[in-house]
Formats: sequence, structure tokens, C-alpha cells
Amino acid sequence: MVNLKTDNFVIAKKKFNSRLIVGTGKYKTMSECAKAIELSGAEIVTVAVRRVNITDKNKPLLMDYIDPKKITYLPNTAGCFNSKEALRTLRLAREIGGWKLVKLEVLGDRKNLFPDMIETLKSTEVLAKEGFRVMVYCNDDPLMAKRLENSGADAIMPLAAPIGSGLGIQNKVNIQIIRKQTKLPLIIDAGLGQASDAVIAMELGCDGVLVNTAIAKAKNPFQMALAFKNAVVSGRQSYLSGRINKMLMGNPSSPSKGII
Amino acid sequence: MKKIKKIKIKVNGKMNLVIKDYNLSELLKHLKIPLNKVAIELNEEILDKKKISKIKLKKNDKIEIVHFIGGG
Repeated sequence: MVNLKTDNFVIAKKKFNSRLIVGTGKYKTMSECAKAIELSGAEIVTVAVRRVNITDKNKPLLMDYIDPKKITYLPNTAGCFNSKEALRTLRLAREIGGWKLVKLEVLGDRKNLFPDMIETLKSTEVLAKEGFRVMVYCNDDPLMAKRLENSGADAIMPLAAPIGSGLGIQNKVNIQIIRKQTKLPLIIDAGLGQASDAVIAMELGCDGVLVNTAIAKAKNPFQMALAFKNAVVSGRQSYLSGRINKMLMGNPSSPSKGII
Repeated sequence: MKKIKKIKIKVNGKMNLVIKDYNLSELLKHLKIPLNKVAIELNEEILDKKKISKIKLKKNDKIEIVHFIGGG
């Protein structure tokens, strides 16, 4: 029997209980975001680095709603389209308060939001050398995933589908191949639409999932946060339990002996 | 009466007039920026927050003050 309390999620040598990482964008209010995170049970949240609003000093601050001492902030490079921008953003994030665990995301196209893997790879190498622990958003390409691993990535985070699309995992085969080839944490990042997508990700052997839009933009974000929490646990249990073989024909569940 | 000399600097992309010889720490206090929640760049160089009181602002300085906001 798998004890989920000891089945830890380890990233960059740090242990977590929850395998669900949630994004903090797209919520109607900061308090809605904070409540959804609490309900999701997530211990890691992604955050963006942006200019302080110097004209409206009363604007609420994320840190006032989500305590970085209780929840691990994972600064991201969302909105960066080349290595230079991504490196600048993460160096600034580190300066805010010593954040070394970061999410690298270098986009290549403004419409489909697919990652630019050449720029991503270059950035991973530099960040790893500078002592960052880098979780890398990437395409679902096993060869690129391998290169990222060799460049010093701490976690491989392939997309399920385009960011915010809600399409769910489009290429299960590639995700399984990446799973087989790497011992690094494998986290599905982007493109999930509903809780069952998270179950599928976990059943494919992923170590975790990262969700933002599917929770934040659900009609009831709080209920969806709970649904994803349960889905990740359920998918992990299912994966560890070892599924039955698939068969073409039926196999009765009741004994054929003693039929009247 | 001695006239106070002011210089132009850019803070987060917006033009600001500040007193000449103002230091960066004074500017951040004036803007009510919580230092423990931000990072600061001066002319595209990231600054050590402990040393900002030693930095005197110069004409056309570009300052970026960033913090964490919600994002995916």
C-alpha cells in the first residue's frame, strides 16, 4: 500500500507533499486566488515579475495574500521571448528575496505560445551555472527534454497543449517516452482543461502537474481547485497501483462455474 | 533663497523630477516602496538593496522597480 504521506514530491532536493503546482494569474481578485490555492493544497505557486505600480501605491500586493514563508513562490519568465529577457527577469526575481528555484519559460510565438527551445536551452545552461535551480517549460519532444537534462535542468515541464488552451494532453506517447528516459521530476505544464486531464498526466507517470487557467477561469474556481487536488492524488495512486493489461475481448468478472 | 535644482530620471518607464543629490534609498522611501518585496535595476544593472543609500541619482538614470504579481 502506497503511503501518500511518505510518497514525496522532490524538486531540487526539497520535499513537497502536494504534486499540484498552481499558477496565480487570471483570478478575479487576489483573495479569490489565495482561497483557490488553499483549497488546491498546492505548496508551490508560480508568480510573474512585473513593474511596481508607482502611481497607485494602494494596489494590493500578492505577498500580502499569499505568504511566501508558507507557500513556495516559483518565479517565472512568462512573457519573455528570448534568453536575454528571461535571464534578466530571473536575476531580478532572485534579488527580490533569494529565490533560486525558478520556472524558465521562453516563448517563441505570440499566437500558439509554444516555447522557443533554442533560447530555452541556452538560458537553462546559463542559469544552472549561476546556481539557479531551473524548472523548464518545454515542448513535448523527448530529444529536447534530454538536452535540457544534460544542460542542468532540475525539472522537465512539457506542455500538454498550448498555454491556456484547455485541450488536455495531446501527445501521450511523447510524454511516456520522456518519462522512461528521465529520472528528473516530470511535470505537465500548460494546456490542461479539467481534472481528468490531471489524472491522465499522473497515470502516465508524471510527478506532478502545473495548472493555472483551468482553475482560475472555471465557473467555480474553488470547486475546480478541489477537483484538481483530488485528481492529482487519484492519478498518482492509480499509477502506483499498476493497471491491468488491455485486452481486445471481454473477460467476465463473475465465475462461470456454478451458473444455474 | 537658494533654488533647489532638480534632475530628470525615469522610474518604471515614467519620467520623474527629483532633487539633485537625492539618493536611491530616499527616492524609494518617497515612493513608499517596500524594499523587502522588490528588486531594483539602475540603468539595466541589478542593485544590491543594502547598498542603495550610497547611490546618488544622476540625470537620465533609468530605474526599474519590480515585484511579484499573479502569473501562470
